[in-house]
Amino acid sequence: MSLALIAVLPFLGALLPGLMIRSGRTACASVTAAVTGLALLLLALQAPAVLRGEVIQTRIEWMPALGLNANFMLDGLGLLFAGMILGIGLLIILYARFYLSKSDPMGQFYTYLLLFQGAMVGIVLSDNILLLLVFWELTSLSSFLLIGYWKHLPEGRQGARMALTVTGGGGLAMIAGMLILGQIAGSYDLSVILTQREAIQASDWYLPALILILLGAFTKSAQFPFHFWLPHAMAAPTPVSAYLHSATMVKAGIFLMARMWPVLAGTPEWFWIVTTAGLVTMVMAAKIALFKDDLKALLAFSTVSHLGLITMLLGFGTAEAATVAMFHIINHATFKAALFMSAGIVDHEAHTRDLKRLGGLRTLMPITFAIATVAALSMAGIPPLNGFLSKEMMLEEAAHTVWGAPWLLGALATIGALFSVAYSFRFIAHTFLGPVRHDYPHHPHDPGFGMWAAPALLAGLVVVIGLAPMFAAAWLVDTAAGAVTGAPVDVKIAHWHGFASPALWMSVVAIGGALLLLGAHKRLMALWNATPRPEAKRIFDGIVEPMARLSRSTSDRQHDGALTRYIAIATLAIVAAGLFGWFTGTHTPGTRTLLPVAVVPALGWLALIIATLAIVIFHRNRLLTLVLVGIIGLMISVGFAYFSAPDLALTQISVEVVSVVLMLLALNFLPKRTPSESTAPRRTFDMAVAVTAGVALAALSYALMTRDFAFPTIADYHIANSKTEGGGTNIVNVILVDFRGYDTFGEITVLGIAALLIYALTEALLKAGPANDRLLAWQPDQRRAGDRHPMMLALATRLILPIAMMVGVFIFLRGHNMPGGGFIAGLVVSIALVMQYMASGFAWAQARQRVDYHALIAAGVLTAAATGIGSWFNGTPYMTSDYGYIHLWPLEEFEWATAALFDLGVFLTVTGAVMLSLASLSRIAMRAGETVNAAPFGIDPSEGRTLDPEEAR
Amino acid sequence: MEILVASAIGLLASAGIYLMLRQRTFPVIVGLTLLSYAVNVFIFAVGRLVVGLPPILDKAAAGYTDPLPQALVLTAIVISFGMTAVIVIIALGAYLESGHDRVDMTDDTDEPEVRK
Repeated sequence: MSLALIAVLPFLGALLPGLMIRSGRTACASVTAAVTGLALLLLALQAPAVLRGEVIQTRIEWMPALGLNANFMLDGLGLLFAGMILGIGLLIILYARFYLSKSDPMGQFYTYLLLFQGAMVGIVLSDNILLLLVFWELTSLSSFLLIGYWKHLPEGRQGARMALTVTGGGGLAMIAGMLILGQIAGSYDLSVILTQREAIQASDWYLPALILILLGAFTKSAQFPFHFWLPHAMAAPTPVSAYLHSATMVKAGIFLMARMWPVLAGTPEWFWIVTTAGLVTMVMAAKIALFKDDLKALLAFSTVSHLGLITMLLGFGTAEAATVAMFHIINHATFKAALFMSAGIVDHEAHTRDLKRLGGLRTLMPITFAIATVAALSMAGIPPLNGFLSKEMMLEEAAHTVWGAPWLLGALATIGALFSVAYSFRFIAHTFLGPVRHDYPHHPHDPGFGMWAAPALLAGLVVVIGLAPMFAAAWLVDTAAGAVTGAPVDVKIAHWHGFASPALWMSVVAIGGALLLLGAHKRLMALWNATPRPEAKRIFDGIVEPMARLSRSTSDRQHDGALTRYIAIATLAIVAAGLFGWFTGTHTPGTRTLLPVAVVPALGWLALIIATLAIVIFHRNRLLTLVLVGIIGLMISVGFAYFSAPDLALTQISVEVVSVVLMLLALNFLPKRTPSESTAPRRTFDMAVAVTAGVALAALSYALMTRDFAFPTIADYHIANSKTEGGGTNIVNVILVDFRGYDTFGEITVLGIAALLIYALTEALLKAGPANDRLLAWQPDQRRAGDRHPMMLALATRLILPIAMMVGVFIFLRGHNMPGGGFIAGLVVSIALVMQYMASGFAWAQARQRVDYHALIAAGVLTAAATGIGSWFNGTPYMTSDYGYIHLWPLEEFEWATAALFDLGVFLTVTGAVMLSLASLSRIAMRAGETVNAAPFGIDPSEGRTLDPEEAR
Repeated sequence: MEILVASAIGLLASAGIYLMLRQRTFPVIVGLTLLSYAVNVFIFAVGRLVVGLPPILDKAAAGYTDPLPQALVLTAIVISFGMTAVIVIIALGAYLESGHDRVDMTDDTDEPEVRK
């Protein structure tokens, strides 16, 4: 469980920063750090067992039928990466607290950071490759948010988009590769896949799977030719760059290659693809880095180059090279994070990170100078720092590996190292050395402790690992490399390999050559600027923009706003699908005995048919349409009653009343007639579509009704258990509040949401805007009734109100055993209240009722939910109902059921939702100048005269 | 009786779809109401037509009709009301905001018809 918790903690914690920011920036950062720290602590508790060589697993079944399970595993490789992600994450949180300015929304930043952190930890802890893919895509999405954090910068937005396109696209390829791999191995669990090396490498699908998976890894780890997104992602705030490009995002691709190393590596295909990509990336990016004037761009290309180095080592396919790769991952994370943070400090203090405008900061920022120099020398591979150790080991491996000619790989690796030394030296020399200048955009000085603490700690690590590698890092390298290679590893890290070691001479050449290059940097730079070279962003835009244009024009053509055409197409498509099913399926002729046609129902049918046809003919007269709709609704209610559905009949007729009231209220503000504007061919076409669909639906209904059930229905279960389990004899009601109570709970929630939506839309309409202007200038478009609030109606509704309420209560109470229940009672009570509105006006009635409809909806949903929770105290699953009998003298024995409480929730929600909808429409009418009357009706009976309008107000 | 119910479903659906293909919001709302009737009756009819056997437990009852479609349709009727109410307010809002009640967004004749 705790492994899953480590991955989930950052996601849960992501909710906190947004809340804590209200208590200040330090509180926000502290709570974020606490979340990460807790996850790190949980990881540390597992570490001893992993270091002993155990693999810790947590298995949670999710969708076992699909092979998708939330299985987590922690081995040496996972420990190394998870430790890096959380550990450096902690430092980044500290650094960002002081880096971000007051105007940056810090809560958002930490939320995104935690989301990203959770996704990264998920990747490295996943045992199931489908789960891994989910986390993989989550890193693409959350890094998009981080890279584009400064939304106001166009570079930030473009960089974020490019990163998402490239890494997301690679992720899609990887999904395909992983699925192939899972098919070959017969399982999606890594722990199984990793044992299937022979089967996978012998499969015909090995090469496609390899290429697809490598596409995912290369795009994520910015390998050539997908390296171009990384420098553009530098538009992000520096803490993001430091995090994403030292320890996390770009290392995900490396992690994946290391994770899959046991089954994919060792073949010629793997060697040639991975080694070549890594080598080309390493040399090319190192060369570009030398010519970048922007500190972060320099570091970006150096990151690409170092990732190439690690990729190349994994490509060699030997256990020794993989071990070196693990060691360099640790070293790169430490010095690169420190360097990014130092670059951020320089930028923060001097307000520029352009090398041409910097120099001489050594005396102005001594602390930053010390930190950056240690880290940069390590990046250059200068003894005795940790970068030197792993670079030496890399050169040693490269010298022994044959790639083309025997000497070629060694020579190219030396050239790569040479450039690497050169740009590292340049980073130090052109930022800190040289004379102090007087034209910095802002006078620089060292920042406060909070800002340099994190890079200083990392620089300390660089030195400690460099001086005592066997003590500080060898154990972690052994565990991680052991997990990658599947065999125990006992690495020997030494500073001195003797004069016979080729690596020594390669290093000497690299450092010597670098000094020469740096000396000639000015002239080389001029040459570099004069040479034309492909601009990656232009190529990328050249590919993406036509595609975007194509998809925009395609969707614009299909979604041109002609909503009626969409309906026609959808209708015809559904009919076609139905016909396809009918003609390709098998069916037997209908043998069910049919009901004889009775006279009275046939008359009802006739009324319905005439009313429907009349609607089609007279639909331009909107008021008449509503009357006809009322007839149809009435006939359908009667039909329900006839066909043994009393509950439906009651519901339909009460819904009918409120629907018509609602539509009348709306019609008041809509044109009263529909203009005749469609052409005759259009009408013919619409008619044809409508008739086709209608005939198809009629045929389908008839076919269904004339056949018996194909399978035994589950109705018998409900009939048999309604009384014994649910305690009610009205089976429909017992289904609603008991058997399918959870569904009903969902439905009343939807109803409540619909009512709130109507309220919100009304609020929006009543805000200043064209709708509000139109309402304020509203002129009634037809004559008003002479007596707006007739005394007869007002008195009658007043008299009826308590009786109607009583009927509502009665219907509610009997609902469990006889037709009725919460839905119907809610509607009946609503109608009783609406009558008051109609008789005396909205404002008059509103002023006299004290129940807030929002509260009614909330109370209803909460009552239903609480009733469900109540069953937990009974030790039964959510929404299990209970019932019993109580005998209170002098009453008869009566039944109680928790379902009645649930039904009460239904009742409250329905009442609240219906009333809120109607009240919202009435508020629109008020805005349009509907007057508020002080008297309940237009006549003062005590004086026997009609009140004039002024008095009535 | 089955033929009567089936034909009523078909006619309601036809009329509903025809009105939904009109170009003004009000007929579309009425059309949706008619289509809801058709669909609700259709779902109800899936339980087959039975006369005089309501799903109320009773010792004297000869049998019961299928209660499940009824439960489904009961909530569907109430939800249909909620849905109608939402589109009514959307239609009203669109009319008040834009000054016309056309459904399609392709028309370039966008002049308001509401008197100011």
